[in-house]
Amino acid sequence: MVIRRTGTQAASPEQAIKIKIEDLSVSYSDGTESLRGVDLLIPEKAVTVLFGPAGGGKSTLLRMINRLNDLADVTEVHGHVWLDGQDVLSPETDVIALRRRVGMVFARPVVLPMSVRRNLTYGLELSGEHDAEFLRGAVERSLRAAALWEEVQDRLDEPASSLSGGQQQRLCLARSLVLEPDVILLDEPTSGLDPISTGKVETSLALLKQDYTIVLVPHSIQQAARTADFAAFFLGGELVEYAPGRQIFTNPQHERTEDYVEGRFG
Amino acid sequence: MQTTIQTEKQRGISSARRKLVQRLGFAGISLAALLTVAPIVLIVIHIYSNGLPAISWEFISAMPREGMRAGGILPAIIGTFWLTLGTAVVAVPLGVGAAIYLAEYAPDNRWTRTIRIAIINLAGIPSVVYGLFGLGLFVLFLRFGTSLLAGSLTLAIMTLPIIISTAEEALRAVPNSFRVVSISLGGTQWQTIRKVILPQALPGILTGVILGLERAAGETAPILFTVAAFFLPRLPNSIFDASMALPYHLFVISTQVPSMPIRIQYGTAVVLLTFVLGMNAIATVIRSRARAHRQW
Repeated sequence: MVIRRTGTQAASPEQAIKIKIEDLSVSYSDGTESLRGVDLLIPEKAVTVLFGPAGGGKSTLLRMINRLNDLADVTEVHGHVWLDGQDVLSPETDVIALRRRVGMVFARPVVLPMSVRRNLTYGLELSGEHDAEFLRGAVERSLRAAALWEEVQDRLDEPASSLSGGQQQRLCLARSLVLEPDVILLDEPTSGLDPISTGKVETSLALLKQDYTIVLVPHSIQQAARTADFAAFFLGGELVEYAPGRQIFTNPQHERTEDYVEGRFG
Repeated sequence: MQTTIQTEKQRGISSARRKLVQRLGFAGISLAALLTVAPIVLIVIHIYSNGLPAISWEFISAMPREGMRAGGILPAIIGTFWLTLGTAVVAVPLGVGAAIYLAEYAPDNRWTRTIRIAIINLAGIPSVVYGLFGLGLFVLFLRFGTSLLAGSLTLAIMTLPIIISTAEEALRAVPNSFRVVSISLGGTQWQTIRKVILPQALPGILTGVILGLERAAGETAPILFTVAAFFLPRLPNSIFDASMALPYHLFVISTQVPSMPIRIQYGTAVVLLTFVLGMNAIATVIRSRARAHRQW
């Protein structure tokens, strides 16, 4: 199957570009090729959605942006990831600083085995921030941003695991916001949540995009359509089509995109 | 075409028969489980019923008199206490450190596999061989003499494999997602281990440490040539002193001293058993409390 990759740049939006993916190819040590020659421009302060069937390389791409793939068995990487013009994949990059600028929320809500409050202050304390007043303020700010403050303001010292699944996931979102990142990566953040919790997370994202660059791997095509300012369709490790969200879901240019968007394969 | 039920009847596997087989099987495995409990119960009952009458304040707080046939066993108790502590001081940092390396850092290569094979083999060496090794290395070559130091080091080497393998298991049991999250929040690997992984693995590590030390406290052969004194009615003053110790003392008064009152032998066994079972009880409490508080 040959997929035409023309037009992937044509969708480049007029907004300032935050992240530039350049001819990126990634292979894992078991021989699977996860990404093949991906070019993608991710605009600032907008929600960019990476969607497509499983195994398309969406998660791999996310984890290249904050270098979390350093933990995985990645054997071959070609190409570049630029964040504000900084070469993310360079061996000289300070990955600790990078990961503080690029927050991440995972598919399952992974709260650390500590109190709600300490989950939030953990990342700050790692870098030596111990000012009690500052930490208190940061906790409240991040919880408000994740639309969780009202629900947990009296439960800050309870174990985070005592929160409901939806609250835990918003706590994870708050935990990445507390570091005041520029970019937030979300890898199917609502896949384990009920529709109401999912709605709350999506509402938060709609507000957060005023200040943050958001890259989202949605857990359904409906969520992709609801949230996307820009959307990139991935298939078998290749970027098939990249366009403003409204366009790609109503008037896809590529046959494969159209088939997928209309549910002919999944 | 035959139905399934007819086939079963033809083969003679009636449901009554299958139920009988199930009952027999269940009885068999219940018996096996029961038989494993029986020895420990019998040992405890036997030792305590014979030995408790010998226990008195004098017995655990006085020096032995009249060629150990009277008086107390204080030097043996103190000796075993110091030996266990000395073993812990050496084996815990070394063992837990090695476990952290193996669980969190070690790449899967030949060097790591060699280390693992070494640890497995260390666990399989007979305890008397450790004793001779301790005699050769610590007592004679390093000139520590017959001393608490030599004995503790020998016991520490023997205890290491237990501590390493249980600690590594405890570290590996901590969900990997915690590591990924901590790294994604800008934590270094060491910060992740120290602030998240180690605290979560600590109860499991402590359990392994206590089980290892408990074995060290009860061993006779490794201390035979390295520390134990046949009869030394005074307390050790430094780590270079020889000392009495409970397991060796028990061996001595059971086999080497003529006309030894049998109640002193049982009394000594009670003290040793209480020491070891007490450590076991602490390990059990730590484990069950940790399980109750675990958040994953």
